[in-house]
Amino acid sequence: MSHESIDSTGMSRGTGKSYTTGFILSLVLTTIPFALVMRGMLSHQATLIAIFSAAIIQILVHLYFFLHMDTSSRARWNVMAMLFTVLILFLIVGGTIWIIYNLNYRMM
Amino acid sequence: MFGKLSLSSIPWDNTLIMSAVSGMLLLGLVILALITYYQKWTYLWKEWLTSVDHKRIGVMYIVLALVMLLRGFSDAILMRMQQSVAAGTSHGFLVPGHFDQIFSAHGTIMIIFMAMPFLVGLMNIAVPQQIGARDVAFPFLNSVSFWLTAAAAALVMVSLGVGEFSKAGWSGYSPLTERQFSPGTGVDYWIWSIQIAGIGSLLTGINFFVTILKLRAPGMHLMRMPIFVWTTLFTNVLMILAFPVLTVALALLTFDRYLDMHFFTSTLGGNPMMYVNLFWIWGHPEVYIVILPAFGVFSEVVATFSGKPLFGYRSLVYATAAITVLSFSVWLHHFFTMGAGANVNAAFGIATMLIAIPTGVKIFNWLFTMYRGRVRFTSPMYWMIGFLTTFTIGGMTGVLLAVPPADFVLHNSLFLVAHFHNMLIPGSLFGFFAGYTYWFPKVTGFMLDEKWGKRAFWCWLIGFYLAFMPLYVLGFMGMPRRMEHYSNLAWQPYLIVAAIGTSVILLGIIFQITQLVVSIRRRHDTRDLSGDPWDGRTLEWSISSPPPAYNFAIIPVVHGIDAFEDMKERGIAYQQPHSYHDITMPRNTGKGLIIGGLAFVFGFSMIWYIWWLAIFSALGMLFTVIARSMDDDVEYVIPAAEVERIENERYQKLLSIAGNLHADRLVRGG
Amino acid sequence: MTDQAALIDELPAGQMEHPDPIAIKAFGFWIYLMSDLVLFAALFATFAVMNHSYAGGPSGSDLFHLPEVYAETLFLLVSSATYGLVMLAVHNDRKDLVLIWLAVTFLLGLGFVFLEVREFHAMIMDGNGPWRSGFLSAFFTLVGTHGTHVTFGLIWMLVMMVQVLTKGLTTSVQSRLLCLSMFWHFLDIVWIGVFTIVYLMGVA
Repeated sequence: MSHESIDSTGMSRGTGKSYTTGFILSLVLTTIPFALVMRGMLSHQATLIAIFSAAIIQILVHLYFFLHMDTSSRARWNVMAMLFTVLILFLIVGGTIWIIYNLNYRMM
Repeated sequence: MFGKLSLSSIPWDNTLIMSAVSGMLLLGLVILALITYYQKWTYLWKEWLTSVDHKRIGVMYIVLALVMLLRGFSDAILMRMQQSVAAGTSHGFLVPGHFDQIFSAHGTIMIIFMAMPFLVGLMNIAVPQQIGARDVAFPFLNSVSFWLTAAAAALVMVSLGVGEFSKAGWSGYSPLTERQFSPGTGVDYWIWSIQIAGIGSLLTGINFFVTILKLRAPGMHLMRMPIFVWTTLFTNVLMILAFPVLTVALALLTFDRYLDMHFFTSTLGGNPMMYVNLFWIWGHPEVYIVILPAFGVFSEVVATFSGKPLFGYRSLVYATAAITVLSFSVWLHHFFTMGAGANVNAAFGIATMLIAIPTGVKIFNWLFTMYRGRVRFTSPMYWMIGFLTTFTIGGMTGVLLAVPPADFVLHNSLFLVAHFHNMLIPGSLFGFFAGYTYWFPKVTGFMLDEKWGKRAFWCWLIGFYLAFMPLYVLGFMGMPRRMEHYSNLAWQPYLIVAAIGTSVILLGIIFQITQLVVSIRRRHDTRDLSGDPWDGRTLEWSISSPPPAYNFAIIPVVHGIDAFEDMKERGIAYQQPHSYHDITMPRNTGKGLIIGGLAFVFGFSMIWYIWWLAIFSALGMLFTVIARSMDDDVEYVIPAAEVERIENERYQKLLSIAGNLHADRLVRGG
Repeated sequence: MTDQAALIDELPAGQMEHPDPIAIKAFGFWIYLMSDLVLFAALFATFAVMNHSYAGGPSGSDLFHLPEVYAETLFLLVSSATYGLVMLAVHNDRKDLVLIWLAVTFLLGLGFVFLEVREFHAMIMDGNGPWRSGFLSAFFTLVGTHGTHVTFGLIWMLVMMVQVLTKGLTTSVQSRLLCLSMFWHFLDIVWIGVFTIVYLMGVA
């Protein structure tokens, strides 16, 4: 979908249509997890998977429709910076959870 | 009204501290008096304190670093003296509480207030010039970063005379740092000074990252940048990604201390081990932040003084990239003994051994750069060779410590202390001294005295070996770190040798001060008229020493690695352009200084629980930032005629030493 | 002299001398947001390791009221969309619409903060403040840090409204509005993490 427009600064920007699409998708992706938890409709495991998936998809929706993160050359450095940061986040958060759970098990 | 602060907060009964404080106050007053006598306040304010020029800010960072080096080194002297005598029945001259503050201040000062400002200062001076830029991306932010760092350093200095410093080491482990076990102001001084300095470092990281990626001269592709710029880029990545974790670790500790929360307490759900985990997630990248710029300096120095391009440019870049990523995967090696299982320890142990490999690659690259080069043994090259040999020893002890079972024996012994000083002193500090000497003529326009520089080097090198090699032995003999007194008399001879080593280093520092005094006195005889005293290879040597405010009258176009050497070989190193144009530069402003001053007041008032003042200074910082954003008059224009006048002066000087400007290489000025 | 001069590579005066200032500021601000992402990640990691450290006190399911959290979430989400309208107005050079949509976004954000402060207040009054347990320390800090960021965003919005009124849509004002938009969307993204990991997981 052509939600891309270029302005005088060469920055990616949205159109009314892209913001609307992003908003509606986000609304759906928010309401579903809340409903699932508040109504308890699925098993515990399935609920967790559902709300996490919805969160990740909604984050991607925000990144694409609101922050205009795409594969264009304009956004390239921003996307790379973010991907690298996310890599480091996996190391930090994943490492922390692994280490602390291990320590808690053995030491507390 | 004054929170916890009162006249009894001053340690009147400690003669040693009161003499130090009086000495420093006296020195400060003398300096203020001299500035007043020579009527330099306006000059100081306009040219330095309000400057947003990266070259000026860089110098101020280095001045701060050198002053804090003296303060941190005084702590070192006290510790070595104490440990050389406090054996068996003798208890030395320092009580444990004081000794604990000394080792805590020593570590905090040397890492946060000496090494960081030194490397940031070198980055400030060299990087914009090396990439052919006029300034950094965010000059005002640069000024704010400096003044925040200076404010934080001021907090540490004040802690000597008002209150106390932390006794919990530079790493501040909980639950010792919780209010229950450290109720005084010491830990709070430590927290706020590091927190404020950390903000400065984060902002610097962002600033230089954007500068390098966005402000390079045309034609300077990434793989044509000087290696010092590459190491700066990677250092910035580490700063941007690591410092927020430190901010969180310290903030959570602050919440525990100030708001009775339970992050790291031993009760009510706290987990002290989480502090250690968060601290070292920052702490390990921090040591790479401190070493990578030194590696960059050495790369520049070895290429320049071997008269050859750097060997293996690409592999150096990839090795540094590998170090950057890997440095986020090894942090647990700082707490192998905290109790994690074998799988966890093994994984991090292996990662730690892996990270030694790219550094090894770099060592070989530097060696091969020297091989078959026409090596000139200037004092930067002395620091380089001292580094190559000594740092390698320290690296090997690091690989030994990376083995968890070995670390179980050696953790927190003097072996560890010897290892990390073996990396920091011959690694970082020698690199910073080399950079200081190498870029001194670019900044000041005259040379540092080589003779005194070499004498200082020998003292530092010999002093280092004397001071730290015994510590390796002591580590194997079982001596723990941070001991203010010990009963095993077998350790004492080694500690005496270490104390002697410290005095040799002291001599080295005295020689460095002498070097500066002698160089300033002889500056008219050692003028750098050409701007290129070393026959350099990178762009900073293509402009005058010192450069004009705008660095380059015309931004150069780059065609390859070692852009200036490339210009020399093509015979266009000193061609004057046919015309000049107006140049827009950022205006000086006092708001950076004001923000720093308010940050100091904020930190001080938080430490002493003076809440009204904390709110007032915090709001003040906010209003200053808003005021700055309301200000539209933040640039000024240097007219083309003025640029031409400055450049003509430069070319006159060049002609006076070269006769004509067709020479591709000019004789060293002076 | 002329033939040597021809060897110099010179670009026409001014070209490449002023790389796009808005793009540079926006990139710098993006990098700051990456550091902020790491900051929040450290807080999330802390929450993850402490989220069962109840110390005999209440857990998430005891304390959280999902309908109110849903309302907060909608306030913030709609405000993200209305900020999009701010940026559209900027590019259409409509100073009046910029001010209107900034005001709407501000009010929605204020609503978010109000609901959150109300939630915190109620918990504290019941004795379930951050001093009660490790879990509550982590909760208040993570959610509170996000709320503090939102508050700074609101202050920034007020300043921008003043600047749009007094200076118009100058280059500096535009670049600041762009940075604020990145900030605001970023905070909504962090909130997705918060409501999922803290509230929904806490209750489920």
